Amino acid sequence: MSEMSKIVRTLSNILFPFIMIFGLYVIAHGHLTPGGGFQGGAVVASGCIMLLVAYGSTWVFEKIKTSRLSVFESLGALGFIGTAFFGLVFGGWFFNNFLVRNGIIFNIVPKTGSTLANFNTAGVLPLMNFSVGVKVIAGLFVIVLVMGYASSLKEWKQ
Amino acid sequence: MSIRTIVAIVFFSILAVFFVFTALMLSFGEPKKTDMDDYIIMHTQNETGTNSGVTTIVFDYRGFDTLGEATILFAAVSGVIMIFRRVKK
Amino acid sequence: MIYNLPFIAVVAMILIGLYAVLFKRNLVKMVIGISIIESGVNLFLITLGYRWWGENGGVAPIFTSAPSEAVKNAPESMVLPVPQALTLTSIVIGVAVLALMLSLVMHLYKHYGTLDIIKIRRMNEE
Repeated sequence: MSEMSKIVRTLSNILFPFIMIFGLYVIAHGHLTPGGGFQGGAVVASGCIMLLVAYGSTWVFEKIKTSRLSVFESLGALGFIGTAFFGLVFGGWFFNNFLVRNGIIFNIVPKTGSTLANFNTAGVLPLMNFSVGVKVIAGLFVIVLVMGYASSLKEWKQ
Repeated sequence: MSIRTIVAIVFFSILAVFFVFTALMLSFGEPKKTDMDDYIIMHTQNETGTNSGVTTIVFDYRGFDTLGEATILFAAVSGVIMIFRRVKK
Repeated sequence: MIYNLPFIAVVAMILIGLYAVLFKRNLVKMVIGISIIESGVNLFLITLGYRWWGENGGVAPIFTSAPSEAVKNAPESMVLPVPQALTLTSIVIGVAVLALMLSLVMHLYKHYGTLDIIKIRRMNEE
């Protein structure tokens, strides 16, 4: 499909950084507030799809090949399973939380009761949130890009 | 009125009677008391170190279901790409 | 009966989606009906786990700046967290099934030229 007018392109250029920052905030604070990997990934993917609609799918498909985006998705899946396997190496069982009390980064246990939010808590969970977020962003963007490009080829129009 | 329409009307009315009867019998706001949810709420901050009860269930107490869900996302994306491939001659 | 209002909304959504699948001829309207049924089932999962407490209702099971009245009598004042975690998985499965259904509808349109299921069946029987 072809691109839209100049007003639509300028406004989506202005709005895209705000949507991306809000989506990354929802992904990163998954262990303190409602949210997490899947929800934040859906927010960032909808921002990317807004850019795809404004600039036309024929131009975007020549700039970004789908083979580069599938590398992103595979990195996300490997990060998730690799973190689970490290739990098997350092502890005793699969999906062990090996960074909670005796780790390097996320190793503070909060006091019981209603506390303020501390980012340094909750062991393995922020790493898993990032991996799943990257996977969901790449997956949803590739689905819409392939469907939008394939419907504008000559053999699909009747 | 073909046979398809008559069968569809009968099926729809039987299911509607079942569903409306179920919706009037359930009580809103009083679930049965389980031990699993009380244990998870009381011991989340001690064992896992998170403040949020829902994220520990998704990634720590029941992380195996999240692994299956990531596999479903991967299978859906590869299925969509496979349908729209062009064979180059 | 007015207190059962979320369950009556769930039944209304499932029946509307079922009507769209059974009685319509266009393929895209059937896909929209399946998506409405999935939304109704997700709403049913969440309303199964709600707990009344006090005068304002239940509190979310999150301890970041929670009200101190709700933290003192801890397991009875908070909503059950397990159905909310399983609804997340159900939503993602709904998205995956919807993506595959729409690509198959596009493929059918390219092959037959129409989206009417009775005409597709007649073209297939020849």
